Amino acid sequence: MRHFILTLILAAGLLATAGSLAGPSPAAAAEELRIGISQYPTTLHPSREPSVAKSYVASMTRRPMTVYDQQWELICMLCTELPSIEAGTAVPEDLPEGVEGAGDGRGIALTYTIRPDATWGDGTPVSTKDVLFTWKAGRHPTAGIGNLELFRRIHAIDVIDNKTFVMHADRISFEYAAINDFRILPAHIEEAVFDAAPEDYRNRTAFDTDPTKRGLYYGPYRITEIVPGSRVVLERNDTWWGKPPAFDRVTVLTIEKTTALEANLLSGSIDMISGELGLTLDQALAFEKRHGDRFNVIYKPGLLYEHIDLMLDNPILADKRVRQALVYALDREAINERLFEGHQPIAHTSISPLDWVYYKDVKKYPYDPAKAAELLNAAGWSQLRGGIRYNAAGEPLQLEFMTTAGSRVRELVQQVLQSQWKQLGIDVRVRNEPPRVFFGQTVHERRFTGLVMFAWGSSPENAPRSTMHSEEIPAEENGWSGQNYTGFKNAEMDELIEAINLELNRANREQMWHRLQEIYAEEVPAIPLYWRANPYILPKWLKGVRPTGQQASSTLWIEDWTVEGR
Amino acid sequence: MLSYLTRRLTESFLVLAVMSLLIYLLIGLMPGDPIDIMIFSDPEMTPAEAARLRVLYGLDQPILQRYLAWLGNALTGDFGYSRLYNQPTLDILLPRLGNTVILMGLSFILALAIALPAGIYAATRPQSPVDHAINLVAFAGISMPPFWLAILLIILFAVTLGWLPAGGMGDGRDGWDDLRHLVLPVLALTIATVGGVIRFMRAAAIETLRQDYVRTALAKGLSGRQVVIGHVLRNAMIPVVTILALQMGNLFSGALITEQIFAYLGMGKTIYDAVIGNDYNVALVGLLLATLTTLLANLLADLAYSWLDPRISYQ
Repeated sequence: MRHFILTLILAAGLLATAGSLAGPSPAAAAEELRIGISQYPTTLHPSREPSVAKSYVASMTRRPMTVYDQQWELICMLCTELPSIEAGTAVPEDLPEGVEGAGDGRGIALTYTIRPDATWGDGTPVSTKDVLFTWKAGRHPTAGIGNLELFRRIHAIDVIDNKTFVMHADRISFEYAAINDFRILPAHIEEAVFDAAPEDYRNRTAFDTDPTKRGLYYGPYRITEIVPGSRVVLERNDTWWGKPPAFDRVTVLTIEKTTALEANLLSGSIDMISGELGLTLDQALAFEKRHGDRFNVIYKPGLLYEHIDLMLDNPILADKRVRQALVYALDREAINERLFEGHQPIAHTSISPLDWVYYKDVKKYPYDPAKAAELLNAAGWSQLRGGIRYNAAGEPLQLEFMTTAGSRVRELVQQVLQSQWKQLGIDVRVRNEPPRVFFGQTVHERRFTGLVMFAWGSSPENAPRSTMHSEEIPAEENGWSGQNYTGFKNAEMDELIEAINLELNRANREQMWHRLQEIYAEEVPAIPLYWRANPYILPKWLKGVRPTGQQASSTLWIEDWTVEGR
Repeated sequence: MLSYLTRRLTESFLVLAVMSLLIYLLIGLMPGDPIDIMIFSDPEMTPAEAARLRVLYGLDQPILQRYLAWLGNALTGDFGYSRLYNQPTLDILLPRLGNTVILMGLSFILALAIALPAGIYAATRPQSPVDHAINLVAFAGISMPPFWLAILLIILFAVTLGWLPAGGMGDGRDGWDDLRHLVLPVLALTIATVGGVIRFMRAAAIETLRQDYVRTALAKGLSGRQVVIGHVLRNAMIPVVTILALQMGNLFSGALITEQIFAYLGMGKTIYDAVIGNDYNVALVGLLLATLTTLLANLLADLAYSWLDPRISYQ
C-alpha cells in the first residue's frame, strides 16, 4: 500500500512541480505575435498546390505583383502602376503567327515595372531576371508548377531593363492587368536547381529543402524556423521596403482541433486565431458570449458560397417549378438569425453582394410557403397523403439530401431545411458521407440523385465558367473534369460566360453580369443559402487587422497591424 | 531458438509484404485522388491542367503498376516524397516516430508503474475497501472518453490554473519547456491506459494466488511479500505480457485523438492526415512501421514467456 501511495504522490508531485516551477503560462513576449491556425501549409513553394494555409503564411513573406485589396479593387503591390489602355501601358496587338488566342484573336502587351526598392532577403534586387525565370519554370510541363494555363497565355516577355518588362498575353480580358497568380521566384537561388533537373524541381526547390534561406523572401517577414505540421516562425526581413511591422517575430502554430485552438487562446499559448482557418461560426459565437470581454471577434462574410446543388438529371428536379418551390419553402432569414445571429448574409445567386457586379434587383425568393405549394401543385405534385405529396402516377415527392458527415453546422442546417420542406409535403431523406467520399466520388462523379450541400470559394468578378458552363459537366468521357455538377445547360448562360471575360467596357460588362444573375435566379440550378463568414478572434490590444472577404489573406497587410495597450 | 527466430522473422517479412500491397490497394481504392483535392482548393483549375497533373504524379497509371513501382523504389531504400509536406517520406516519419515513442513510452512506463503494484495490491486484498477504490479508479480510467479527458485536463491545468501549456511541443532547445509540453498528453494517455492494465493484473494475480505452489510457499514460512514478488508476480505476468505486447503496437502507431487535441506531432496524427490527404507514401510507410512494431512486440512477448516460465521453450 505504501508503495502504491508513494507512486501516486510522485505522479501528483511531478504535475504540481511542473506547474509551480513554471509559473503562469508564458504569454507571448511583447515583440512576438503567436497566431493559431487549423491547417498546415502543404508546400511553401509559391506556385505549387495553392492552399489557404500557405497563402496565410506566404503573404507575410512576399507581395504579389497585383492583388484585389480589402475593397476588392485591383492594386499593384510589387509593381509600381497597373497597366492600362488609357495610359498606354496596355496595348492591344495582333498575335504573332502560331499563337492561338481567344475572342477577337488579338492579344495585349502589358508593361509592368517592379518597385525599385524591392529586394530579396539576402540583398539581391527583385528583377526582371526573376520574372523571366518564373515564366520559364511556369511553362515547363513537368516542373509541377500549377496554373500552367496562365503561363501559356503569356506568349512572350520583353525585358526593358532590370525592373521593367513587357508581358505579351494572347487574349484581351477585362482583367487584363491582373497577374495575381504570377508569383515571382528568386532566379538567383532557384534557377540552378531548376536547370539541373526540371522534372525533379518540385522535390528539390529550396522553398521546401531549405525554407529558411533569406533570399527566398522579400516581404516584411522571412521564415526562420519550420517544424512541418506544427509551426512556422517568421522574423523581420531587414530588406523589406515598406512600413516596418509591429512585431519582431510571428509564430504561426497549427492546431487542427478547434476546441484545442480555443483552449490555447484562453491559456495564453497563442494570441489570436486566424479567420481564414480558425473556429467555425457557431464556435466563435459561443466563444464571444463567454469571452467577449477579453477578445474582439470580427465576422467577415466573404466569397464562400454555401449552397445546394440540384441534380437536374432527376426528372423531379428537371422541372423548374419544383426547384423554385424548394427555395420559396425555405426561411433562410430565420436560419441566419437563429443559427448565425445574422452574421451570414442570405445568398440570392452565386454572386456576392460585396462584388460590384452584384445585381441588387435580381429575383429573390422570400419565405413563401403558399407560393411554394402553388408551384408544386402546378407541377403535378398535388395529392397529399400522410403528409407527403404525390403526383398523378402515385409517385411520392421524395428527394435524397446529402452533405459532409461530421460537419456540425452543415448537419444542423440540413435538419432545419429538411423540416421546412417536410411542412410542404416534400419527403427529403438525409444520407451524409465522409468528406473524402462525398467530394471525391459522389459530387465529383455526379453520383448524387437529389440535393448536395457544400460551399464554393471564388474571387471578385469571377465568371462562373467551371460551375455553370455546359462544357464543364463532369462525365466519364471527359475524365470527370469540370464542376458543373448539377448538369446545368443554358445556351445564353454559356454565351454570357464566354463574352464577359472579353468585354472591356465596364458598363457593358455590368449589364451582362446582371443578365447572368437573372438567369441563375430564374432557372435555380442550385439553391443559394448564405455567404459564409470567417470569424477572426483577436486580442483587444491588436488593431488594424482587416479581413478581405476574398482569397487575399489579411496577412498581406500585416505591416498595418498595431499594438495598443498590450 | 535461432531457427525459431529465423522462422518468425521470415513470417514477419511476408506479413509486411502482404500488408504493403493491401494498404496500397485500400488507399488507392478510396474515392478521390490528390488532384481532386487540388481542384477543390482551386476551382479555376482547368480540366487540361488536372489531366496534366495526374500524368505528372503518375496517377493515370493502373494501381498495381503504381504499387510495383513503389515497391521497386522501396526495396532500394527510396520511399518517395510526402505529398503533404513535399519532403522525403522518412524525413517526415522518423522525427514523428521519435515523438510518439517518447509520448507513448512515458505513458506506458507510468501506467505500468501504477498499474502493476495497484493490481497486485488489490488482488491480495479482494473485496476490501482499497480493492473497491482501485477498481473504481480503474473503471473510471477505462470508461472516460480520451477526448473529453484531454479537454478536461487542458481546462484545469492550462486555462484555469495556467500551469502547463495547452498543447503543441517544445522547440527542442529547452528541455524543461519540452517536458512541460509532455505532461498533459502523457497524463491523459496514462489515465486512459492504466485502468485496463490494473484490471488484467488484478485478475491474473487473483488466479495465481489460488495456485497450490503459492499455498506451499506460504506453508514453508515465506513472508507474504516474498511470495508475491517471487511467485505471484512472475506467473501473473504471463497473460499481462500478452496484453502489453498488443499495446506495444500503439507505441509506434500513436494515439490519434490525444495527438490531435494536444497538437502533438506523432505517428497517429501523421498517418491519419496522410490517409485523408491522399499522401500515399507517408500513409503506407507509417502503417507498415506500425505493423512491423506490432509484429516485433509480439515476438518479444513470446520470448518473454519463456523467460517468465522456463517450462515454455521454442524449438
